[in-house]
Amino acid sequence: MELSILTICYLIGSLTFIIGLKMLSHPESARKGNMVAAVGMFIAIFGTIFLYQENGVGLHNYGWIFGALVLGTVVGTLAAKRVKMTAMPELVSLFNGMGGACAALISVIEFGHIAALYSGEHPDQAAPTEGTLLTIFLGLIIGAVSFAGSIIAWGKLNGKIKDFSFKGQQVFNLVLFFATLAVAGYLVLAIDSTNYLLFYGILVAALIYGVLFVLPIGGADMPVVISLLNSFTGVAAACGGFLYDNSVMLTGGILVGAAGTLLTVLMCKAMNRSLTNVLIGSFGGSAAAGGSAAAGSQGTYKEISISDAAVCMSYANKVIIVPGYGLAVAQAQHVCHELEKLLEDKGVDVKYAIHPVAGRMPGHMNVLLAEADVSYDKLIEMEEANDEFKSTDVVLILGANDVVNPAAKTDPASPIYGMPILEVEQAKTVIVNKRSMKPGYAGIENELFFQPKTSMLFGDAKAALQKLVAEIKSL
Amino acid sequence: MEAILNWAQSHIDIIYIVVLSIFLGIEVIGRVPSVLHTPLMSGANAIHGVVIIGAIIVMGKVEPGHYVTLIIGFLAVVLGTLNVVGGFVVTDRMLEMFKKKK
Repeated sequence: MELSILTICYLIGSLTFIIGLKMLSHPESARKGNMVAAVGMFIAIFGTIFLYQENGVGLHNYGWIFGALVLGTVVGTLAAKRVKMTAMPELVSLFNGMGGACAALISVIEFGHIAALYSGEHPDQAAPTEGTLLTIFLGLIIGAVSFAGSIIAWGKLNGKIKDFSFKGQQVFNLVLFFATLAVAGYLVLAIDSTNYLLFYGILVAALIYGVLFVLPIGGADMPVVISLLNSFTGVAAACGGFLYDNSVMLTGGILVGAAGTLLTVLMCKAMNRSLTNVLIGSFGGSAAAGGSAAAGSQGTYKEISISDAAVCMSYANKVIIVPGYGLAVAQAQHVCHELEKLLEDKGVDVKYAIHPVAGRMPGHMNVLLAEADVSYDKLIEMEEANDEFKSTDVVLILGANDVVNPAAKTDPASPIYGMPILEVEQAKTVIVNKRSMKPGYAGIENELFFQPKTSMLFGDAKAALQKLVAEIKSL
Repeated sequence: MEAILNWAQSHIDIIYIVVLSIFLGIEVIGRVPSVLHTPLMSGANAIHGVVIIGAIIVMGKVEPGHYVTLIIGFLAVVLGTLNVVGGFVVTDRMLEMFKKKK
């Protein structure tokens, strides 16, 4: 009876995951979709706790289980509620790492478990099969890679870890990868479930591989990497599903594995790059990036004063604002909206051009501007924006850099070559707000800043916009 | 070879689930607009937190007194919970800002 109710719980869980994912991919239903999946998860988890039985025996250690659930819930909720908008992608990466670690730990315990069985502590039990060992090892390896990689990605996004690569790293990674698989394969085929030394060797090798896999990839590509690691963790969860013959883990894991892989590819497409290019491509080669930065035209740039910028924008017919990471860091979205209203009152047509990968994650700018009450129809996507720049008087760039870098179109040697950009240089005037002349996230120089129609407005985005708003009010 | 066939034979249900889930996973998010890439990634991230069920099962089967295993299991459940709860909450926060405003 209990078991058949649990089966229904798992069925509901699986269905909500499918429906949740479906709803998450449409703007109107996305938030509800998230809720639907969360409810399904809740049912599956509590169904397991109270109804799960093995050989007629239910689970015990409730104190430990609920202690862990409460601790995880409190910490997780606080972390998720308190995190700043700009830090959300790195938090997602961290949570993903937790899931990976969870999968790896399950394998650690299960291996110890069957090692004890096999060594004769329980002579009545049958020996483990290849399939059991295989899923344990896969869960271990994928979980560990995902955990280590996610932690590195987290560190990179918050700037604690710098890009790092050494000569022959690609080869080393491949060798490490296949060696790990070979050892695991050997243990599986030999049905050797007592070799702790090799087991922990595999764990360590997988962790090292995870670190080395992510380290050379540029910070700007981290969302893609996180998405990929996300699908890895999905597969690791599915291994758990195999192990326990658990349908909800299996469907949930595989769904995320498949959807995550497709999402990774879609993200790459939004940047007009291939996955291979991201993983082993040019951002990693710091030499290439450094080279083009050095070769970049270090021409002269001109600055514009707040009052000139204010006049310039107030008497324009059409202004397009290009928000970037600088806006997010400075939390300048509210004052940006204020500027937009002020200019609208003066009869200026104001729009926001949103590059698909502006900021640190796709959709970052939409979220930020929506928070500041900027209405949807003011936001235009890249293709549309590129048609409108020709008829635009002033483009105001707020802390965006790589997404407006013309090198993506003109310089085949540039690491961002081929990425579609906002062609702001077609507008009559370009005002760039940046904190300094330092290059953007991709670490490359931007020749846009040295063009005659471009003028620089240095300073923190929020401070600069506040001054600009005050200046326009007093005009 | 025979081992593989036998294995496939005895796990055919699971193989069906896996294959169908792969197609479903791909189909279901096929037309997602780029704006939603990050929230979708985050939501999917929370869903693979379902691995916590494995951790709970492991934990619930440990015989009392095996403290090392209990501690590892405890850690696994905490990490899994972080993944699930944190994942859903952070996704909700992202999507909260998408709501339409007049």
